[in-house]
Amino acid sequence: MSAQAPIIAGSSRAQRAMRFVLPVVVFAAGLVAWELVVRLKGIPPYVLPAPSVIVLTLIRDWAVLSQSLATTLLTTLEGFLAASIGGIALALLFNQSKWVEYSLFPYAVVLQVTPVIAIAPLLLIYLEQQTAVVVCAFIVAFFPVLSNTTLGLNSVDRNLAGLFQLYGASPQQTLRFLKLPAALPYILGGLRIAGGLSLIGAVVAEIAAGTAGAGSGLAYRIAESGYRLNIPRMFAALLLLSLAGIVIYGVLALVSHLVLRRWHESALGKEN
Amino acid sequence: MVERNISPAVEASLTALAVSLRGVTKAYDNGVTALGPFDLAVRKGEFISLLGPSGCGKSTALRIIAGLSAPSTGTVRVARHEGSVQPGHVQPGHGIGFVFQEPTLMPWTSVRENVRLPLRLARVPKADARARADQALASVGLADFADAYPRELSGGMKMRVSLARALVTDPEILLMDEPFAALDEITRFRLNNDLLALWRRLRKTVIFVTHSVFESVYLSQRVVVMTARPGRIQADIRIETVEPRGEEFRTSAAYSDYCRRVSAALAPSYSGQSTL
Repeated sequence: MSAQAPIIAGSSRAQRAMRFVLPVVVFAAGLVAWELVVRLKGIPPYVLPAPSVIVLTLIRDWAVLSQSLATTLLTTLEGFLAASIGGIALALLFNQSKWVEYSLFPYAVVLQVTPVIAIAPLLLIYLEQQTAVVVCAFIVAFFPVLSNTTLGLNSVDRNLAGLFQLYGASPQQTLRFLKLPAALPYILGGLRIAGGLSLIGAVVAEIAAGTAGAGSGLAYRIAESGYRLNIPRMFAALLLLSLAGIVIYGVLALVSHLVLRRWHESALGKEN
Repeated sequence: MVERNISPAVEASLTALAVSLRGVTKAYDNGVTALGPFDLAVRKGEFISLLGPSGCGKSTALRIIAGLSAPSTGTVRVARHEGSVQPGHVQPGHGIGFVFQEPTLMPWTSVRENVRLPLRLARVPKADARARADQALASVGLADFADAYPRELSGGMKMRVSLARALVTDPEILLMDEPFAALDEITRFRLNNDLLALWRRLRKTVIFVTHSVFESVYLSQRVVVMTARPGRIQADIRIETVEPRGEEFRTSAAYSDYCRRVSAALAPSYSGQSTL
């Protein structure tokens, strides 16, 4: 093992570098090809804008787009927080009482499997617009938190549970010192999924709201630019949405890694 | 209740017992009887081994003594328990330390916090609890590893942490469920010696479950051999030798003699089973 270690380390370092380099190369090549095709064929920007035009639009329209980005991110954050708190709280409730779990779990599933794009117009009728958008983000994002936390709370080591019983631990102590720490990797996994999903939920609701003639989020900008055939701005807004999704995922993955790095296998693999 | 008209003399002798089981059985919901009827009397300060084939109910007996599992019938008396454990009732005992087959450590926290857990659950003030945890760690030779995380330790060291955690509440009774079964032989021998040294110093009552004849003879004052399921007592063999025991006992003629006797007592438990 120790004799092989340098070889493995060397090859894995090269491999890790390639994991960053290769996607970047592919991305750059794609952009160049795109730019060339648009220029050589003389495709007008309202059909397909060149990457350079998209970047220029992003800079020129930054005042409008940044405002919309902030709106969408705020909605996403609110939906994400609601989903995290709601999902974890509901899972804890399920864990305390089987009856509550049996009574409510099917409805959580129904909420999950019903396409949110179909619920959004109804919510927009009954709720104030900003609330409806946040509720959509919540609906899409809360289920992975709920199911992952439930899984985590049920994955407690049987012998450790016996140990807590032996020492007469109260239900609160068992929850705080055993169940929540044991469930933490699962909860963090659920939050990582929920981050991306709350962005999707926010976008879907904004589009639904946008067609009703209100709102100022990025998705609304995309819909609005579509009506005006302002295709470069559609692409610029899409680019921002995509970047926002990547950043959200990256931040949550980083948090998960920092929290688990001292003990959990998932975080250890990256260091060893 | 099984007990009736107990004479004062018997009553007096009972008080010297750390653990007594009478007519204890355990049947599971699916109708399988795992244990018994099983009778066992362990004196205070005694080191006994429960030896038997896999699935004979020796772990079940240990869990019943610990109060982690309820007997279906019979009475269980454990010193420091107020009263006795009634059939069908689970009553965890605070004067008991339990060592599982796996180290059963919380991976998310340090070795010291793992050892401090029983005291934390008993709401012992933090400074006091930390001092006692460090003391327990020192007694198993791991004083320098208090701040390490379980994953950073070897299998033998994790088992020592588990032992320290069982000792930290200073229990009267130490229950050990095949604690060294997963370790390599050298580590196992070393832990056997360390356990004996600890026992000589602390004089806890130890009930040690194992399926190793050699381990049971080496460690215990009494080897209780159990039958195949449902587990009953097949033989109760007293191991008498010069104390303190050490490596020379392991290689002595008396030791192999005892091993032969215990193996012979154990053999019927395996009859009718495949050689696997």
